[in-house]
Amino acid sequence: MSGTINIDGQNIPFEEGQTIIEAATAAGVYIPHLCHQPGYTPHGSCKVCTVNVNGRNCSACTFPAVEGQTIVNNSAELEQDRRRMTQMLFVEGNHFCPSCEKTGNCQLQGVAYHLNMLDNHFPHFFANREMDASHPDILIDHNRCIFCNLCVRASREKDGKNVFGISGRGINKRLIINSDSGQLKDSDIDVNDCAAHICPTGAILIKRTGYQVPIGKRIYDHHDISEVALMEEREHGK
Amino acid sequence: MMKTFIQKVLTDADYQPARLLTILRALQAEYQHIPIDAIDILADALNIPRTQIIAVVEFYSFLHLTPQGRYDILISDSITDRMQGKENLLGYLSSALKVKAGQVRDDGLVSLNNTSCTGMCDQGPAGLVNGHALTKLDRPRIDEIAALVEQQKPLGEWPPHLFAVDDNIYKAGLLLNGPIENGAAIQATYTRGINNTLEELDRAGLRGRGGAGFKTAMKWRFCAEEPSEQHFVVCNADEGEPGTFKDRVLLNSHAEQVFEGMTIAAAIIGANQGFLYLRGEYLHIFDKLQAILQQRRNAGLLGANILGQGLDFDIEIRLGAGAYICGEESALIESMEGKPGIPRNRPPYPVTSGYLNQPTVVNNVETFLAVAKIAIEGGDWFASFGTEKSAGSKILSICGDCSRPGIYEYPFGVSIEQILADCGASNVLGIQVGGPSGTFISNQEFNRQLAFEDLATGGSFIIFNNSRNILEIVQNFTHFFAHESCGFCTPCRVGTALLKKQLDKIIEGHGSAGDVVELESLCQLVKSNSHCGLGQTAANPILSTLQRYPDVYEKQLKSISYEPGFDLDGSLEIARRMAHRDDAAAHLSQVED
Repeated sequence: MSGTINIDGQNIPFEEGQTIIEAATAAGVYIPHLCHQPGYTPHGSCKVCTVNVNGRNCSACTFPAVEGQTIVNNSAELEQDRRRMTQMLFVEGNHFCPSCEKTGNCQLQGVAYHLNMLDNHFPHFFANREMDASHPDILIDHNRCIFCNLCVRASREKDGKNVFGISGRGINKRLIINSDSGQLKDSDIDVNDCAAHICPTGAILIKRTGYQVPIGKRIYDHHDISEVALMEEREHGK
Repeated sequence: MMKTFIQKVLTDADYQPARLLTILRALQAEYQHIPIDAIDILADALNIPRTQIIAVVEFYSFLHLTPQGRYDILISDSITDRMQGKENLLGYLSSALKVKAGQVRDDGLVSLNNTSCTGMCDQGPAGLVNGHALTKLDRPRIDEIAALVEQQKPLGEWPPHLFAVDDNIYKAGLLLNGPIENGAAIQATYTRGINNTLEELDRAGLRGRGGAGFKTAMKWRFCAEEPSEQHFVVCNADEGEPGTFKDRVLLNSHAEQVFEGMTIAAAIIGANQGFLYLRGEYLHIFDKLQAILQQRRNAGLLGANILGQGLDFDIEIRLGAGAYICGEESALIESMEGKPGIPRNRPPYPVTSGYLNQPTVVNNVETFLAVAKIAIEGGDWFASFGTEKSAGSKILSICGDCSRPGIYEYPFGVSIEQILADCGASNVLGIQVGGPSGTFISNQEFNRQLAFEDLATGGSFIIFNNSRNILEIVQNFTHFFAHESCGFCTPCRVGTALLKKQLDKIIEGHGSAGDVVELESLCQLVKSNSHCGLGQTAANPILSTLQRYPDVYEKQLKSISYEPGFDLDGSLEIARRMAHRDDAAAHLSQVED
């Protein structure tokens, strides 16, 4: 079964079982997102992909495409809300883009550029978060974790392990490691695992690779995240 | 030693990972925390990742990774407890026991903390000691408690008056007035026929009593029509909305009828297993409910071939462990599966994919109570009460400033004025209808009526008189939501914490004109983008009072264009302490006067 949905006046075909974001991506329509990644179980937590479906706000990454939906993706109101939620992620953790080795390749930063985010707007939480440099090849900087759950899903769904988990409640959420010591070095993660490479921010980094591509020549230094995401994710859908 | 204990707990739980919360509650009670070694043993025995166990322990307020006192005392921090002098009593208890709130005493004997509303608002200030409800706290009782703790007297030997919980039913209506005979509703269901009974529920116009008001018959029909081997019935007794306590009373005095309603649901949807998810705060009625279930089994009203009708159905009680969010049905199901109570993405809805991804009906305690009565009396009888859109009655938990706080049952459509007169409220400033997630109405709105089409409520009805400070009320509610946010989605996780900061800034006198505008726009953001009902309603206390009492907020503001978000001079405190200085030059004024 298939059908048509309408996004911002454009008719877009979908196939049974597709979510709104999957149908949109296949048709070349970008919906900003952070916790969504094609091929992974949808999570729906970052809410950056919020669209308005028949008058109701929904997460495009989890909400199924259904015949006859009228969807607003680009509106001043949604853009403003998405910018504010991205700013929330910036003030919740400790993000210092100029000194972060992920800068230019960071999806959080890429989405912020796309949404024309010029400041953090909200007061900072100055959360006291730690680093885990115990593993010989992989570094975790908890300051940059946005709880998108991608590493958790990657480890479980792609790597067949359970290296990561999200613990805590409310603003006290934290990423935890499945090992006796709680440190990454004692987990069964491998540097070639999907979970080691999936992080959209600079929270999980591969050691000794940070500056192989110089700043200024990185992905989002030259391309808007909408172009990059559409190109990569449509490729995945094929 | 520990290994033996854990083996026993695991055996009792039949090694089911879904019973993780039950297992962890037992460990917490035994060791005052969940020892790290126990986590490894459990992970192995249940074949679940260690991270899941840690995530569960850190999610629920009553579970801990670090040891609490052998007497763990929690004081209810609902607005009604505060109105009854809770803050003062907490201070008194703290000095009597020589332990600060949020801390464990050095000798490990006692720990003290705040907790969200324990559902004793009509007999507060209230608290919990090792999970058991304490009511009507005052200085003499606190002296008594402190002495018992110091003597290390086992809880079983504490005088029963400390734990006495009253029903306080002041007004019984169509449900509370005529309790049914045991088994009569099940018998009536089979006599009439299962399909005809569902028709009667439809004709009754019964809508869910938890607050959202979905049509019960429609929900059950959807679930019944789902092709699946297994269906489940769940009774949501995670009554966490501050100011609500009617389900506690219903389960204390009408549990038979609630279980009977669940059994009818099982017959209709084709379920063999039901669950009562009881909030951890109601531990005091757990044993009593277990005994009632056993009596029903003995009487052939539960178990195999109920009343000879070929229905096999049993009910298991699952206790929560301190998380308001588990009142949300999909979070409750997650919790029942031994996970943190994080609301699921929908669709699919629980009627299609609920507990263990099987079709599941989740209803409130009061809904099942009503179902049993409707099965006997018929749909027309029920629909003859209430209004056109809100059939039947609503059982209210009334508390706050009135002379007779307790349980009141009214036909829907009753005016607020009538309720206030009955419970003895005077000089009223306003009412929080439906708890913090509901609406604050002012004393200009008492002609409004209680009904889904006007003021909907899950049961909470908190009255404030003119001596109360609106901002203190709103602050208590806003802090509550920040504390209870599950943290899954960005707008609620960060947004409720920001709402707390922004509101505190204004209340503490550091706000200027732009801050109220910012507060309101943050409210809208959290409301319209959050994942579930918690986030979508967390801003209601601010929004509904901003609309009605803008002057109350404005009075807090400074008449300058910009005021920093933090206390400039306060931030220098540590520096002053380190430098041993307190002279004038070591202080900064907040703004140039």
